Amino acid sequence: MAFEIVASCVSCTACESVCPNDAITDQKVQFAIDPDLCTECAESFPDPQCASICPIEGAIVDSVGEPLNPPGSLTGIIVGVAA
Amino acid sequence: MKLPVLNNTIATSEAGGCASGSCGSSDASVQNLPESIRAKVADHPCFSEQAHHFFARMHVAVAPACNIQCNYCNRKYDCSNESRPGVVSEVLTPQQAVKKVKAVAAAIPQMSVLGIAGPGDPLANPQKTFETFRRLSAETPDIKLCVSTNGLTLPECVDELCQHNIDHVTVTINCVDPEIGAKIYPWIFWKNKRIRGVEAASILIEQQQKGLQMLIDRGILVKVNSVLIPGINDQHLIEVSRIVKEKGAFLHNVMPIISEPEHGTYFGLTGQAEPTAAELQAVQDACAGDMNMMRHCRQCRADAVGLLGEDRGAEFTLDKIEAMDIDYEAAMVKRAEVHDQLLEQLYAQRESASKPVIRVQGRAVLMAVATKGGGVINQHFGHATEFLVYEASRDGVRFIGHRQVAKPYCEGNSNCGDEAENLLDTLLKALQGCEVLLCSKVGYEPWSALEQAGIQPNGEHAMEPIEDAILAVYQEMLTKGLLQLPDAVDLKSA
Repeated sequence: MAFEIVASCVSCTACESVCPNDAITDQKVQFAIDPDLCTECAESFPDPQCASICPIEGAIVDSVGEPLNPPGSLTGIIVGVAA
Repeated sequence: MKLPVLNNTIATSEAGGCASGSCGSSDASVQNLPESIRAKVADHPCFSEQAHHFFARMHVAVAPACNIQCNYCNRKYDCSNESRPGVVSEVLTPQQAVKKVKAVAAAIPQMSVLGIAGPGDPLANPQKTFETFRRLSAETPDIKLCVSTNGLTLPECVDELCQHNIDHVTVTINCVDPEIGAKIYPWIFWKNKRIRGVEAASILIEQQQKGLQMLIDRGILVKVNSVLIPGINDQHLIEVSRIVKEKGAFLHNVMPIISEPEHGTYFGLTGQAEPTAAELQAVQDACAGDMNMMRHCRQCRADAVGLLGEDRGAEFTLDKIEAMDIDYEAAMVKRAEVHDQLLEQLYAQRESASKPVIRVQGRAVLMAVATKGGGVINQHFGHATEFLVYEASRDGVRFIGHRQVAKPYCEGNSNCGDEAENLLDTLLKALQGCEVLLCSKVGYEPWSALEQAGIQPNGEHAMEPIEDAILAVYQEMLTKGLLQLPDAVDLKSA
């Protein structure tokens, strides 16, 4: 059980600072979550911390690739309008 | 004719009335500050239009994370060709930042102030921000430090802020009403949760006001920044201004929202209008009844280097500073000399500019000025990308703000021609409302175009102090009967 950070990450470091398991590190191009350390915050917090502070929709996905912050959920900008 | 120079600040004990290159704020509240704080403000380029012609500032981008989302911000942005808050080219570690600060301070001895302003929220990156401040307090004690914040975690950071050489804190406060806040902030990260809407705005506002009070109680200077968003908080900012002044903020900086669609912000993509220069001035004037207003803010990048309005960041990229070997002890000696000279010049300029009051009857006139700094008219119209706007009236001369264009009219002969015509249109639009343009020189073609647009070009006052020249032109207009008050006109026609 682990989340994953994908290419749309802008390396703002916010998730790194709030991860209770120190599972997130800067991999230069983008940030990455260590799947061995990530617990999806199950025992620590009601909400996963990285996904609660990440400003980029779609940048963090769950184990089946579903974005934790789907398009439009953070900015109110509807996809298509933004393109 | 002598007119007073109004709305100028940083009253220092030796300055009877500051002026030339006029400061951006009225002096009422600054005058009441203790001497120690007044001295702090004297060489701060962001606090006075006048000081910014002499002293430089820099920002270091050590704080990328943010704990809120603002609808005028796009966290994806990282462009070296743009100049606006939140935009940077490279994020630095505290160690790199300290090295950069030393390199800049040694190369640009007039650099007096170091700020941390993002690209995220400095106080959402407390370790990086405070490590940078800790090291700078120890290693570059001659540099003033400041920080800007959205205020969300300000209360818990106040104690630590007080431990460093921090000169002032800027808090961005766009509202005191959560209903309005909900239209500006879609979410905040608070106590391990993402919180949205009115609830989020309520928490943010409460934290901002609490943090503001705590800073004031500890004697730290607080400037409040507000982003003017037409239709959302324009009228509300008058209330914001009143409240933050009541609490003890010493300066209020109302800035226009930047909402171009290509920036990809929520406001940019949803067609939020930017305020016109006249709308901005109206809100600033309405707030000024209650508050010391700052009008010369250039909304610089989170990694800007140099005098306000200029950016020399490209000279100090990571690879370049890595190769530099800085002897900061030696630099400090040189810096102290330069600072003393600049302060002397600055005070001398204020002294010479104090004017006796003689009331004259005449309507208010806006005049644009092309200047490269130093408080004098010293720039060719064709080279200017920024014009300072002053209002001359029966009450004197006051600095109103600045108008910018992306390109100067003439970047050299190659640009004169068709492109120049388009540039001229842009310039005329930027100068809308002004009746006079003061510059060192202006070419034949733009001269006619300016005249046709109702803007009288004037190159007769080259190298003269700005306010003196404006007063002289104002007097000339009076003599020519160009400034009759509406009442007087009515009487004549009756």
